[in-house]
Amino acid sequence: MSDSVTKIYIPRDTTALAMGADRLAREIAAEAANRGETVEIIRNGSRGLFWLEPLVEVDTTAGRVAYGPVECKDIDSLFDQSFLLGENTHPLCQGLTEEIPYLKKQQRLTFARAGLTDPVSLDDYQQLDGFNGLKKALQIDGQAIVDEVKTSGLRGRGGAAFPTGIKWQTVLNANPGETGQKYIVCNADEGDSGTFADRMVMEADPYMLIEGMTIAGLAVGADQGYIYLRSEYPVAHQILNEAIAKAEHAGFLGTNILGSGKTFNLEVRLGAKAYICGEETSLLESLEGKRGMVRAKPPLPAIVGLFGQPTIVNNVLSLAAIPYILSNGGQAYADYGMGRSLGTLPFQLAGNIKQGGLIELAFGVTLRELLEEYGGGTFTGRPMRAVQVGGPLCAYLPESQWDTPMDYEAFQAIGAGLGHGGIVVFDDTVDMSEQARFSMEFCVAESCGKCTPCRIGSTRGVEVIDRIRNNENRAENMELLSDLCETMIDGSLCAMGGMTPFPVQSAVKYFPDDFDRQTQNSEGGA
Amino acid sequence: MTAVNEQMLPVVSEVISGLQHKPGALLPILHEIQNRLGYIPPESVPLIAEALNQSRADIHGVISFYHQFRTTAPGRHTVEVCRAEACQSMGARQLEAYAKATLGVDYHGTTSDQNITLEEVYCLGNCACSPSVRINDEIVGRVTPEKFDQLIDELRSQPLEVH
Ligand SMILES: Cc1cc2nc3c(=O)[nH]c(=O)nc-3n(C[C@H](O)[C@H](O)[C@H](O)COP(=O)(O)O)c2cc1C
Ligand code: SF4
Ligand code: FES
Repeated sequence: MSDSVTKIYIPRDTTALAMGADRLAREIAAEAANRGETVEIIRNGSRGLFWLEPLVEVDTTAGRVAYGPVECKDIDSLFDQSFLLGENTHPLCQGLTEEIPYLKKQQRLTFARAGLTDPVSLDDYQQLDGFNGLKKALQIDGQAIVDEVKTSGLRGRGGAAFPTGIKWQTVLNANPGETGQKYIVCNADEGDSGTFADRMVMEADPYMLIEGMTIAGLAVGADQGYIYLRSEYPVAHQILNEAIAKAEHAGFLGTNILGSGKTFNLEVRLGAKAYICGEETSLLESLEGKRGMVRAKPPLPAIVGLFGQPTIVNNVLSLAAIPYILSNGGQAYADYGMGRSLGTLPFQLAGNIKQGGLIELAFGVTLRELLEEYGGGTFTGRPMRAVQVGGPLCAYLPESQWDTPMDYEAFQAIGAGLGHGGIVVFDDTVDMSEQARFSMEFCVAESCGKCTPCRIGSTRGVEVIDRIRNNENRAENMELLSDLCETMIDGSLCAMGGMTPFPVQSAVKYFPDDFDRQTQNSEGGA
Repeated sequence: MTAVNEQMLPVVSEVISGLQHKPGALLPILHEIQNRLGYIPPESVPLIAEALNQSRADIHGVISFYHQFRTTAPGRHTVEVCRAEACQSMGARQLEAYAKATLGVDYHGTTSDQNITLEEVYCLGNCACSPSVRINDEIVGRVTPEKFDQLIDELRSQPLEVH
C-alpha cells in the first residue's frame, strides 16, 4: 500500500472508447480501491497509436509508461506486476510512451499535445504553450497575422490544398457591407473514410482549434465563428462544447478576449449525415438552414459566404496549425516539407493495417515507409494489394506506386491525390470491381442532385459495373464505363461528381483482372 | 396515431421557440425535435414553417435531404453499421449482411419488437480499428459477428423504460 497518488491516463477518445476505455477506467479505479492504492485517473486524448488502444499510461518518476492494448481481464495481472510503479515485466508494457518508435519518429507540430493532456483542462493547455499564438496575435494587426500565415506556406488540409494565407487575405480585404459582419467557419465534416485527424484534434486538443479560429477572427475582423461538425462524431461534440464553455468562462472566447476589447463567439453546429455538406458551399447552405446544394463559384465564399457575408471556410487541421504558426513564426512551420508542400501532414493509417493510427510527418515521406515502417503490414497478415489514399474520391494505388513521396504535386503527377491524408489499406482478398462499384454507389447516395452527370451518371455507373461483373458484353460495357467517367469528370459542378471516376478509373487501370470474371475463373477455378 | 403526435406538439413548440432566434435555425430545430421525440412528426412541419416564415415545402425539402432525419418513430435503439472503405477492408460487407439477417430487417427497418432500428453510416472516424458500429451514441470497434450478437443481446436484455 502506498500513500502517494499515482496518476493513470486512460483516453476518452472515440477509438479508445470503441475499444472499451470507459469500462476499463471504471474497473481499474475499483481494483485500485480494492487494493488500497490511491490513484487519480485522468481521461486524456489519444496519442493516436490506435492499435494499442486502450493505451493506459502510468506516471512514474522516469516518465509516462505505456501499457496496451489493455482489456479488463488484464487488470489483475497488471496490478500484481506493479504496473503502478511502471514495472516492465507485463507483456502489455510498451516502455516509456515517448520512446515508442511509432511516436518518437514523428514530427508533431499540430499534434504535439495530443494524448498528453486532459483535453478540456485549460491549465494543461497553457502549461504546454497553449494560447501563446493568441497572445501574439492580439499584439499585432490583422495584416501582420495574415502575413505570418502566408510565410508558413500552409495549404488547406481539407483536400483542395489552396493556400490559406491567400484565402485569409481575400477575406481581410473583402467589403462586408453595411452590417460589417464576417464569419469564420470551421469545416469539421471529415466525411472521408480512413480519416480521423480532425476528430483527434477536437477530442484531444480542442483549445488548439478554438485558438486557431479566434486568431482567424482577429486576422480578418470576424466576431462570429461556427464549427460545422458531422453528427457521426458524438464524442467530439461533447468535448468541443465543454471546451468552448470553459474557454468563454476563462475569457479566452466571447467579449473582451483577455482584456483586449476584441470579441469572438463560437458555436458548434451539427450536420445531419450528408457527405456533400463537407463541400464548402454546400456546408454554408446547410448552416443557413437549407438543403446542402452546392453553389456555383464564383463568387467565392471568401467574398460572398455565410448569409452572404465574407467568410473564411477552413478545415480543422488548417485552423489547428495556426497557433503553432503564430507562436513560433511562419518560417518555423515552412522549414518542414518539400517543394510547395510545406509543413507537416497528419497521415492517417486505416483499414486492413496492423498498426493503424495517426502519423504526423513533414511532407515527402513515401507511402511505403508509412505502410511498412509504421503500419507493419496488414492486420490479417496477408499481402497488401491496393491502397486508397485521400478518401473516397481519390485513386486506388497499386504497389508500383507506393514509393511516391507524399507531396501534393508528386501525387497529382501520378493521377492521385493526398486529400485529407487518409490511407486505407486492402489485402489481397479485395475485389477491385466491387470497390469501383461502391464508389459509384456512394455517389448515388451522396450526390446533392444539382447536376445530371453526377446524379444520373453515378446510377448508370453502378449498372454498367454490375453488367461487367456479370460478364455481359464485357468489352462494350468497359468502353461505356470509360465514356461515363469522362462525362462525369467534364460535366460536374463539384468534385463529388468530378472525382468519383478517379477511384473507378484507377481500379480499371491497375487491377483489370478483377473486372474480368473469365480471367478470374480460369485462374482460380483449377 | 394522430393523437400521439398531437401530444408531441407542445414539445415541438417549445423547441421552436427556444431556437428560432438563431441564425440558420432550421437544422438545430430539427435535431432537437428528433432528439426529444425520436423523429420529426409530420405535424410539426407547419409549425416550423410558420415560425421561420418559410413554406412547408421548404421545410419538408430540408428534412428529406438529410439522411439523418426521419418522420416515423424508430425503435428504442438505433444501430448503425459503417459501410465505408476502411470498414469494408476489414469485413464490413459480411458484417452488414450478418446484421440484416440476424435482425431480420433491411436498412431503415425496425425489428418487430420495436427494439432496434438498423441504419447505415459512412464512417464514424474509427477507421483504424474497423469494422465499426454505432449503437445510439456509443461507437464500437473491431466488430465481429460474435461481438455483434453480444451487443444486440445487451440491448435486448436492458429493462424497458416505462412510458
Ligand atoms: C464532395 C466534397 C466533400 C468535401 N468534404 C470535406 C470535408 O469533409 N472536410 C473538409 O475540410 N473539406 C472538405 N471538402 C473541401 C472543402 O470544399 C473546402 O475545400 C475546404 O473546407 C477548405 O478548407 P481548407 O482550405 O482549409 O482545406 C470537400 C469537398 C468536396 C468537393
Ligand atoms: S457534382 Fe454532384 S454533388 Fe457536385 S454539384 Fe453536381 S450534383 Fe451536386
Ligand atoms: S470507414 Fe468505418 S469508421 Fe471510418
